[in-house]
Amino acid sequence: MPAPRIIVIGGGLAGLSAVIKIAEAGGTVDLFSIVPVKRSHSVCAQGGINAAKDLKGEGDTVYKHFDDTVYGGDFLANQTPVRDMTARAPAIIDLLDRMGVPFNRTHEGLLDFRRFGGTLYQRTAFAGATTGQQLLYALDEQVLRHESDGRVKKYEGWEFLSAVLDANGVCRGICALDLRSMQTRTFPADAIIVCTGGIGAIFGKSTNSVVCTGSAQSALYQQGAVYANGEFIQVHPTCIPGDDKLRLMSESARGEGGRVWVPRDKNEKRVARSIPEADRFYFLEEWYPKYGNLVPRDIATRAIHRVVYELGLGLDGQPMVYLDLTHIDRETLNRKLEGILEIYEKFVGDDPRDVPMKIFPGTHYTMGGLWVDFHQHTNIPGIFAAGEADYSIHGANRLGANSLLSCINGGFLAGPNAIAYATSLPAAPGDGGHAAELKRQQEKNAALLSNPGTENPFKLWRELGDTMTKHATIIRYNAGLAEADAKIVELLDRYRNVNLSDKTQWANTSFAFARQLQNMLHLARVIVQGARLRDESRGSHYKPDFPERNDAQFLKTTMATFDATTNAPAFSYAEVDTSLIPPRPRHYDATA
Amino acid sequence: MATAARTIHVEILRQSAPDAPARTERFAIPYRPNMNITSLLGEIALAPITADGAPTTPITYDSNCLEEICGSCAMLINGRARMACSTLVDTLQKEAPNQPIRLAPLSKFPVVRDLAVDRAVLFENLKVVKAWVPIDGTYDLGPGPRQFPQTQEARYPLSNCISCTICMEVCPQFSESTNFVGAATIAQARLFNMDPAGSVLKADRLRALAGEGGIQECGFAQNCVEACPKQLPLTESISITGREALLQQLKDLFTR
Repeated sequence: MPAPRIIVIGGGLAGLSAVIKIAEAGGTVDLFSIVPVKRSHSVCAQGGINAAKDLKGEGDTVYKHFDDTVYGGDFLANQTPVRDMTARAPAIIDLLDRMGVPFNRTHEGLLDFRRFGGTLYQRTAFAGATTGQQLLYALDEQVLRHESDGRVKKYEGWEFLSAVLDANGVCRGICALDLRSMQTRTFPADAIIVCTGGIGAIFGKSTNSVVCTGSAQSALYQQGAVYANGEFIQVHPTCIPGDDKLRLMSESARGEGGRVWVPRDKNEKRVARSIPEADRFYFLEEWYPKYGNLVPRDIATRAIHRVVYELGLGLDGQPMVYLDLTHIDRETLNRKLEGILEIYEKFVGDDPRDVPMKIFPGTHYTMGGLWVDFHQHTNIPGIFAAGEADYSIHGANRLGANSLLSCINGGFLAGPNAIAYATSLPAAPGDGGHAAELKRQQEKNAALLSNPGTENPFKLWRELGDTMTKHATIIRYNAGLAEADAKIVELLDRYRNVNLSDKTQWANTSFAFARQLQNMLHLARVIVQGARLRDESRGSHYKPDFPERNDAQFLKTTMATFDATTNAPAFSYAEVDTSLIPPRPRHYDATA
Repeated sequence: MATAARTIHVEILRQSAPDAPARTERFAIPYRPNMNITSLLGEIALAPITADGAPTTPITYDSNCLEEICGSCAMLINGRARMACSTLVDTLQKEAPNQPIRLAPLSKFPVVRDLAVDRAVLFENLKVVKAWVPIDGTYDLGPGPRQFPQTQEARYPLSNCISCTICMEVCPQFSESTNFVGAATIAQARLFNMDPAGSVLKADRLRALAGEGGIQECGFAQNCVEACPKQLPLTESISITGREALLQQLKDLFTR
C-alpha cells in the first residue's frame, strides 16, 4: 500500500508543524499557501510563547498554565485538549530552542521568560519582540530540509477554493486556484489539514495580514463543516491606529513594565512627560491591583473602551490612551522590545523610548473556528484543522502567548492523526468527486469574471468591515447585531451584482479577492448571528444588556452549520468538557 | 496650493504579464494624513480610474502584513528600493516636494505583473547554504545547549532578516552574469554558523559560499547595508564569512 498523501493548506506555524510531523513519519505532503510561507501571518506574532518551565523559581506548574488558560477563556474551552497542550508546552519550547530560535537568555545561558496577561507567572519565552518571525522561520527551515529530501512539495501562490468530497461526503482532495495563471485544478489527497489562520479581514481594519480572510474556513463551512464559537472575537487592547490597518503593539510591552494611563483631566494640555504622577490615571492598576496592566485582553480592552467612551478621557478627545515605556531604561527596551518599538517609530514618527505611545484596541484574533474533535478532525471525514482556523483551545478569550503554542501543538497533533486516518481509508468511489468539484468551481469562476454588474468588491468589503467593527467587536447590542446581519444580507445581495474592473486571466488579484469576499460575507453572518443568540457576557463577548455570564444557559459551544436552502447559518449547541476544573466566577479585580 | 496639497499624484510603471511591454499610468488620489504606499494602492483598487479619467485595472502588487515584517511589499519608490507599507506619503512629499510619487517593480527580479515580482531565488539560495539546524527529530530530546546571552545578542540582529530581497536589488554585483547569492543568504549562513548546534554544518555552508556566485562576487559597494530596512550587519557578515570561507578552502586544500 502506498504511503498516504496529505495536503496541508496554509504555511504558518500550524501548517508547517503538521508538515514536519508528516515528513518525519515518512509521509509525503503537498503544502499550499497563498503567499511564500515565510510571509505567512504567524510572522507578525511578537511577544512570545507560553510554557510552564518555571525557570524563575516562582513555583509555576503545568497545572497553573492549564488553569490560567481555562479561566482566561471563561470556561468555554474543552478542558482535555487544553490540559494536554499545556503539558506538551515545555517540550515544544525545548524543540524550538534546538531548532536554533534565538530566544533571549539569562546570564546562565538558560531561556529567559517574561510575564504576559492573565497570569501571575513569568511563563513566556521570547526572541526579542519578533518571536513569531523567529518561530516561523525556524519551522520553515526544517521544512526546507524535508523539501530538499523530496518529502514536501510546496505550492506557493495557490489559493484553496474548496474540498473535493466523494459521493459519501468523504474528503478526497482539494480544488485550488493558481494566483498567477488563474488556472483552477483539483489535487488528490487521502486527508487534508486546514491551517488557514485568522479572519481579521471580515472586520476591515484589524491587526491581521491581508490574507487573513477566513475564506477557506468559510468555503468548508458552506460545504458542511461545522463552525464553532464564531462570535468570540478577540479585540487586542493595544494597537497603533492606522490609515490602512491597526498595527499590533505587543502585550510584551506591558509584560516588560509598560503602563497604560490617561490624564485625569480631560482638558489636560501638558505634554505627557510633564504631567505629574498625581494627575495621571493608571486605570488598569487602580481597577485591577492584583494583575495591573497584565489583566487578560478582553478586560483591558473593555477598560480602555470605558475610559474613552464612558468617562470621556481619551487623549485630546480622541479614542486613544497612553501606553508608556519611558520609565524603562533604553538598553533594556532595546534588548527585549526593539522590533515593536521600531515599528511604532516608523509608522507614527515618535520614539516610544522618549514619548508614551498612543494606542487603542483593534480586532486581533478569532477564538472560534472550524469545529474539531480532540484529534483535530472536523466533522467531515478526512478534513483536519489546526491553529487559529480551529476553535479548540481558547474558549471565550485567548491569553497572550498561547496562540503560537496552540498553532504548533495543533499542527503536531493533526499531522500524525491525518496519517493514521488516511492509512485505513478505503478507496474512493468513482473519481472521488474531482470532476464534479472542478466543474462547480470553474462555473463559479466564469460567472464571476463575466458578471455584468456595477458593484466594486473592495467597496462592498469596506462596508462589511465598517458594520462588523461597529456592531460586533467590543460592545454588542442585539439591535446592532440584527442591523449588522441585515447589512450583510444586503451586501450578499449586492455581491450578485459585482463587477470586476479587471477581467484578465493573469495574476488577477481583484478576482481572487472577490471570491474571498463572498466567503467573508457568509462567515460574517455566523459571527453576528452567533453573537445575537448568546444573551450573556463571557470573555470577549460582552453585552451590556446581559452583563453576567450565564452558565445554566450558555456554558455551551456554539455550532453553526450552513443551510443551503436558506443560504444562512443554522445553530445548535454542544456541551463543553468541564471534567477537570469546575467552572467558577471570573474576576480579575481586587477580590480575585 | 490648498487644493494641490490635497491630491497626491502617483506614476506607476505597469505591465500586464511577464513579457508584456511596460507602460506608465498616472493617478490622482485624495490625500489623507498618515497614508502609506499600500494605502494609496488600496485607494486605486476602490476606484480604478487614471488621472485622465480612463478606467483601468487595480494594481497587482505583493503585500501581506503591512507592518514591515513579512517582507512582501518591496518595490522601487521614487527610484529607491523600500517597503511600500512603511514608506509614508508625508515622508515622500518632504523628500521630493511637489513631485509625483513614482512606483516601479524591483528591477533585478522577473516581473509577474505590475509591481509584483518573483523572488523565489532567495528561498532557493537558502537551501544551497543549508540555512537550518539539522535536528535529529521533533520528539522530546530535552533543552538545547546552553547559550550565553552574548551569543544570542550577536545572532539576533541576523535573525531579523525579513527576506525582502532589497539587499539583492541594490547590489551592483547581483545579476544573472555573476549568479551572486546576495547579502541576505550570506547573513543567514552566518546566523546558523553561530548557532551552537547549527555550526555542525558550518564547513558545508562555507564551501557552498566559496564557489561561483559566492562571497568572492561581492564588490563591497556597501549598498546592501544602507538599504536594509532591518539594519542587518550585512557587510560585517560578508567580511567575516568571507574570511571563514577562505580558511575553509585552505583547510580543504591540505586535508583532502
